[in-house]
Amino acid sequence: MIEIKNLHKSYKMGSNSLHVLKGINFNVEEGELVAIMGSSGSGKSTLLNILGMLDNSDSGEYNLDGVPIKDLNETKAARYRNKFLGFVFQSFNLINYKSAAENVALPLYYQKVGRKERQEKALKYLEQVGLRDWASHLPSELSGGQKQRVAIARALAAEPKVLLADEPTGALDSTTSYEVMDLIQKINDAGNTILVVTHEPDIADMCKRIVHLKDGVIVEDKKIEQVRADQYV
Amino acid sequence: MFNRDRWKEILEVLTSNLFRSILTAFGVFWGILILIILLAAGKGFENGVKADFGDIATNTMFIWTRNTSKAHKGLPKGRRFNFKIQDVQSINDNIPNLRFISPRNQLGGFRGANNVVKGLKTGAFNVYGDYPEFINQDPMTITSGRFINHSDINEKRKIAIIGEGVKKSLYDKEEKVIGSYVKIQGVNFMVVGTYKKKSNNGDGEEGQNEIFVPFTAFSQAFNRADNVGWMAITANDGTSITNVKENIVDLLKNNHKVHPDDKRAIGYFDLYEQYNRVESLFGAMGFIAYFVGILVLLSGVIGVSNIMLIVVKERTKEIGIRRALGEDPWSIKLQILMESIFLTIISGMGGITFGALFIYGVNKLLEMNGPVDMFLNPSVSIGVVIGALFILILSGLLAGFIPAQSAIKVKPIDALRTE
Repeated sequence: MIEIKNLHKSYKMGSNSLHVLKGINFNVEEGELVAIMGSSGSGKSTLLNILGMLDNSDSGEYNLDGVPIKDLNETKAARYRNKFLGFVFQSFNLINYKSAAENVALPLYYQKVGRKERQEKALKYLEQVGLRDWASHLPSELSGGQKQRVAIARALAAEPKVLLADEPTGALDSTTSYEVMDLIQKINDAGNTILVVTHEPDIADMCKRIVHLKDGVIVEDKKIEQVRADQYV
Repeated sequence: MFNRDRWKEILEVLTSNLFRSILTAFGVFWGILILIILLAAGKGFENGVKADFGDIATNTMFIWTRNTSKAHKGLPKGRRFNFKIQDVQSINDNIPNLRFISPRNQLGGFRGANNVVKGLKTGAFNVYGDYPEFINQDPMTITSGRFINHSDINEKRKIAIIGEGVKKSLYDKEEKVIGSYVKIQGVNFMVVGTYKKKSNNGDGEEGQNEIFVPFTAFSQAFNRADNVGWMAITANDGTSITNVKENIVDLLKNNHKVHPDDKRAIGYFDLYEQYNRVESLFGAMGFIAYFVGILVLLSGVIGVSNIMLIVVKERTKEIGIRRALGEDPWSIKLQILMESIFLTIISGMGGITFGALFIYGVNKLLEMNGPVDMFLNPSVSIGVVIGALFILILSGLLAGFIPAQSAIKVKPIDALRTE
C-alpha cells in the first residue's frame, strides 16, 4: 500500500539546515496497523506529514497504492489527500462552527458527493463511532473523546486507502485513549490500513507493528502481538 | 457558485461576528450612498437649469443691430441701422448648413403700456411678427386652431395666434376665441390659434402672454417697411452655430456698410455656446460626483479588504484543516472572494436602496413645496444603478483578492500548526 525508498528531508533554519529524515525505507501492506514511535525530534511527525502530502520530501520515492507521489502542486495534493487519505489529529481539528454531522460530511463535500448522500453517509459513520445521537451538536458541546471519535468518523467518511493518525490520544486521558484505540482497532479489523504516530508505549502496543525512529532513521521495525484495547474499557 | 452549502457557509462566517460584519458593511454602504446622492443632486441641478432653456432649439443664435462705433465708407460713427428682409435671403444664399432663419419684429415689451384691446378689456402683451419656421425654434403647443403659415405671409393676412395667458385676460371663460378679433395698436387681427409654451426661465407667465402675427402683416400694419428687428438663426444638427456665427456677422456687416472691425455694431447671443458652457459644467459636476463617490466607496472597500484579511487570519487553522481534508485551494479562494463580494453587494444594495428612498423623499418634498429655482427632479438613471452595482462587484473582487491570496499562500501544514 505504501512504499517509501530512501526518503530525505531537511529544514532550513536560518543559515543552518536541519536534516530530519536521513533515508527512510519503509513499506506498509494493506490492512496493517502500524505505530510509528520515537522521541520528539526523531522525525516521526515529519514522516507522517510527508506521507500525508502535507509536506514535500527533498529526495526519495513514495508510492501510495501504486501511484507515485511526486511533483505535487497544491490542487493535485488536495485531490490525492481527499482520495487516498484520512487524517486524525492530536488536537482533533474539527471546524468549530459546524455540527458533528457537517464535520464528518466535509470530505464528501470536497468529493462533490450530493447533499443527501452526504448526510446519510455522515450519519452512518457517526453511528459507527457511536455518536449518532450527537450528530447535530457543535464540537464545543462534545467531550475530548467524543471530538476525537467525530474526527475519526470524518477521516473514514471519504473511504480513504490509509488512515493517518498523529498522536490521536495525545490530548486524552488514558480511559478515553483506550476507547479511541478500541475504535481504531475495530476499524483496522474491518480491513483499513492505519498508521499511528505516538510516543506512548501502551498505545503502540495496541498496534500490530511498531516502527522506531531515532534521529531521522528507522532503528527498529518489528511485528508484535496486538494488545486489545477493549479489555481496558 | 450557486451552491447551497457554500452560501450557508458564507452566511455562517459573516454572521458569526455580526457586529463586525455590519460595521464593515457600513463603509461600503456609506460610499455608495454618497455616490448616489451626489449623482442625483447633480442631475437635479442639471434638470433644473436645462428646464430653464425650455424646448428652445439650442443650436441657435439671436442677432440684432446696435449703433456703429466706427466710421466706414463715408458713413459716420454712431449711425443706427436696421437689418432688412433682404438680409435673410442673403444669409441663406451665402452661409451653408443653416436650418432656420427667422426675422422678427416686436411690439410692446417689458412692462409696456396696454396695447391690445378686445371689447372692454385691454392688456399689455408682447406682439411679434414672425415666420412659420419660428415655431421650430421656440417650440410651443398649439392648443387650438393653427400657427402662422406661408399663405399668411404671402397674403399679409391680419391674423394672430395668442397665448393661453392672453386668452385668460382678454376673454371670458366660455367665450369663443377662434374667429374673434383683437385690436393691436388700433389694427384688428383675427385670432386663428392659441398656444401654450413650456415654462422657461422659471417664468411661465411671461411665455404665455405673447401674440404672434405674420411678419409681413406686422410690417405693414405697424409701418416697419422692410426692417427686421432681430433674427433667430438655427444651424443644422451637424453644424454648430458657434462656428458659423462669425461668417454671418461678417456678411451682415458687409451688407450694411459696417466697418469689418466694428465690434459694437452687431449684437448677438449664442445660445449654443451658453448651452455648451452649462453642459460642460454638468460634465465637470458629474466627474466630481463620481470622483468623490468612488473615493469614499474605495475607503469602504479597503475596510472590507481589511476585515477579510483578519477573517482569513482567524481561520488559518480551519483553512489548513479543510485543505488536509482535500479541499481544492481554488475552492478556498472562491469562498473568500464570494464572502467579500457578498458583503460588498449586500451593503451596496443597502446603500442604493437607502439612496433611492432618500431621493424619493426629496422629490416628495419638492412636490409638496412647489418648484425650487435651478433644482428639479433629482434622480439617478437605471444605467447609473447598474454601473454602481458593477463597481460594487468589482470592488468586492478587489477587496477579496488579497485576503484570498493570503489564505491559500499558507501551506496546510503551517496552517495546521497554528494554535
